[in-house]
Amino acid sequence: MLRRPGRGSPWLAASGIVALLVIAPIAALALTASRGSADLWQHLIAYVLPVAVRDTFVLLLGVGLLTAAVGTTMAWLVTAYDFPGRRVIDWALLLPLAVPTYVVAYAYLDILHPVGPVQTALRALLGIDDPRDFRLPDIRSMAGCVVLLGFVLYPYVYLTTRAMFLMQTANLVEVARTLGISRRGVFLRVAFPLARPAVAVGLSLVLLETVNDIGASEFLGIRTLTVSIYATWITRSDLAGAAQMALAMLAVALGVVLLERWARRQRQYANDAQHARPLEPQRLAGWRAGAALVAAITPVAIGFAIPAAYLVDEALARVRFAGVSRVILSETSATIGLSLVATALTVLAGLGVAYAVRATGRAAAGVLARIASLGYAIPGTVLAIGLLPVVTGIEAFVDSGARAVLGVSTGLLLLGSGAALIYAYVVRFLALAVGGVEAGLSRVPASLDEAARTLGESAGGRLRRIHLPLVRPALATAALLVFVDCMKELPATLLLRPLGLETLATHLYGEAVRGTYEDAAIAALLIVAAGLVPVVILARVSRARIHAGPLL
Amino acid sequence: MTLSLVRFLKAALPGAAVLLCAATASAQEVNLYTTREPGLIQPLMDAFTKATGIKVNSIFVRDGLAERVAAEGTRSPADVLMDVDIGALITLVDRGRTQPVRSSVLEAAVPANLRGSDGSWFALSLRARVLYVQKDLSLKSFTYEQLADPQWKGKICTRAGQHAYTTALIAAYIAHYGEARAEAWLRGLKSGLARAAAGGDRDGARDIMGGICDLALGNSYYVGLMRSGAGGPDQEKWGSAIRIILPTFENGGTHVNVSGAAIAKNSPNRANALRFLEFLVSDQAQKMYAEANFEYPVKAGVAAHPIIAALGPLKVDGLPLVEIAKHRATASKLVDKVGYDR
Repeated sequence: MLRRPGRGSPWLAASGIVALLVIAPIAALALTASRGSADLWQHLIAYVLPVAVRDTFVLLLGVGLLTAAVGTTMAWLVTAYDFPGRRVIDWALLLPLAVPTYVVAYAYLDILHPVGPVQTALRALLGIDDPRDFRLPDIRSMAGCVVLLGFVLYPYVYLTTRAMFLMQTANLVEVARTLGISRRGVFLRVAFPLARPAVAVGLSLVLLETVNDIGASEFLGIRTLTVSIYATWITRSDLAGAAQMALAMLAVALGVVLLERWARRQRQYANDAQHARPLEPQRLAGWRAGAALVAAITPVAIGFAIPAAYLVDEALARVRFAGVSRVILSETSATIGLSLVATALTVLAGLGVAYAVRATGRAAAGVLARIASLGYAIPGTVLAIGLLPVVTGIEAFVDSGARAVLGVSTGLLLLGSGAALIYAYVVRFLALAVGGVEAGLSRVPASLDEAARTLGESAGGRLRRIHLPLVRPALATAALLVFVDCMKELPATLLLRPLGLETLATHLYGEAVRGTYEDAAIAALLIVAAGLVPVVILARVSRARIHAGPLL
Repeated sequence: MTLSLVRFLKAALPGAAVLLCAATASAQEVNLYTTREPGLIQPLMDAFTKATGIKVNSIFVRDGLAERVAAEGTRSPADVLMDVDIGALITLVDRGRTQPVRSSVLEAAVPANLRGSDGSWFALSLRARVLYVQKDLSLKSFTYEQLADPQWKGKICTRAGQHAYTTALIAAYIAHYGEARAEAWLRGLKSGLARAAAGGDRDGARDIMGGICDLALGNSYYVGLMRSGAGGPDQEKWGSAIRIILPTFENGGTHVNVSGAAIAKNSPNRANALRFLEFLVSDQAQKMYAEANFEYPVKAGVAAHPIIAALGPLKVDGLPLVEIAKHRATASKLVDKVGYDR
């Protein structure tokens, strides 16, 4: 490798600034944590942790297994086989990404409740009158929570694994097929082992989403560690104790992230990427085609179609009942506007951080990239609490400066303008951009960099003329994931938004707390609808550009 | 890179400027930070603006209202802080986020046990923690103590133990009987649970209708929201599947909680904030609390909504609310200790 000392340090500096912005709220949390006593831990160890740790573990294990199973089988089904409806199913499988977990949990409780449509119909069928005589098991249980989260979050695994199947496996799979290995054997012995790193990437996103989930798990009565943090902070007014717990959890989540890095380490794709060619799908006919279609429709139905249909029904009921409130339009535009700005900044920062690793080749850049990705491992409200002193500290600094120099007060420059909220989104979701771009860059052979460097191209020039065109699909995927996540984000939005501003998620939450669920349904439907647009784009991008680069 | 950043900022800034939700200072406004759902207070805010010409800007926050106001410090635009739980309200006062105020209007309207003695907080409305009963059960009266009776094993639905409504009731029990007896009672109540302690109060009514439980704890105003049809036709059915009993402590009355408000420490529009609070205890606003939210007004002489009045006379427990707020942390620890939410 050619290396010119000193080159690329602007990249390192930019990466350092981003990492600093991410570490600031965590440092603030650490400061808060250090102000508390350790008394809390005696109580936690005696009464809370044994169960919370077990439940969190069981939840992660269950959701992890389910998403891995559904995500990889579906990815294999749509890449290795051809059957009627495959083209639609191919992108429809991404649709659950658009639905927030808390919405799905509420929808299913209503649908599957003893007085809901399913059980009512079932009783009518069986000729039973009283729900006391016949009931299905309650979904407010660990099993219910695993299934719901599993069918909403599997697209992360599907997305990463499908990209891998599309790119990597053609030669080997064809060899295996020629050697007479059964269909199942090809998947289990060839395709799946090859896709393991991609599964790990998707899975780590799923697990972090799960561990930070507060909406669905709390609603379904699962007491995860995150729920315990809230109890410590809110009910016992022990913010320091809650911060201690949050940091301990961050350490664990960091372990998960490092494990995923380690899994990713093992792959070397850059070199054979040039020779990859798409797998020729096998045509299925007859009952096999029907079975494949049913298998592929099931996750779309559970994770998207059923809750979406429920929302449409509820929303229609509301529109008939009271019409649509006008504010929802301004809330929609505020949501989309905030999410767009946050997405652009997140992707930009992610690109800078990830490219710094590539351009400088220094270990320090790698460390900065890991620091920049920490926000995804922190629950939204906890992050918001850490951000508050940082943001108001900056405001106070600017304010005193402005008073001294200009004689005017700038007031709540960041909290009042929505900038604090955008800051929170960027920190929270930067990992998606950094990880996506890094994975994309890893597929670009180093020989291209070296050739360009020999020809005298600068780091910036290499980015613009070589890497950017090659990683554009990865960038687009990251952007769309960040956008959808920003739109769904609730806890940080609630705490950091400016006076008087509502987003669709906060509106939905306000209505749900009040119990006017039909009103909430309209907002929920709009979140889903606005989330659909990027998901559909994502599907198109990922198919069309698949040969130019990876997804994540 | 730098270039594209500049270009990006140029493109993004006007967009961001549009988002700027003007917190610009104008003389006739008041800024409200609230944990109360916007749908419930919007009519009150609108009525205030109509009566006084003062605009109300609000932000609905769930968790972290105290932290946000504290972080904003002297630059905080908050004038009025509103909370739906006595414990959270007292926490705001204890952390020095409020300021005392003297007002003959407020003092005349709000009974002494429902406000801070120095005027640092005022209750605006009351709700009772009542019992939703499966309508065919022939139950005449009920005490909170009876919730631990083995007779109800596996037949009770409640919210999460760590929810403020539940911890407030447990705190009241501690205030009455001490921690040890409260723990035994809570263990009894836990074994009475028919399902995971989770969800909202209305879920209790729906679950009774669905045959999951016979008894559920819930706030009084949800009965009004369900039965009036304000929550839609489904909820009306849930509301009619239950009967309501106002339970009491054996040697006391019914457990109540409040929604209340305080003037923020650094309120920039203090005069308007006071006018807003005084408006909220006016006959007009108190009537709205009763009519639209189905809460018990704090002001004597303002009648409860007919649906709520029909639940029977409310005999409020004699325990001071601040006493309940004091035991909140202990109550929360008891919830962990007996594994109520497991």
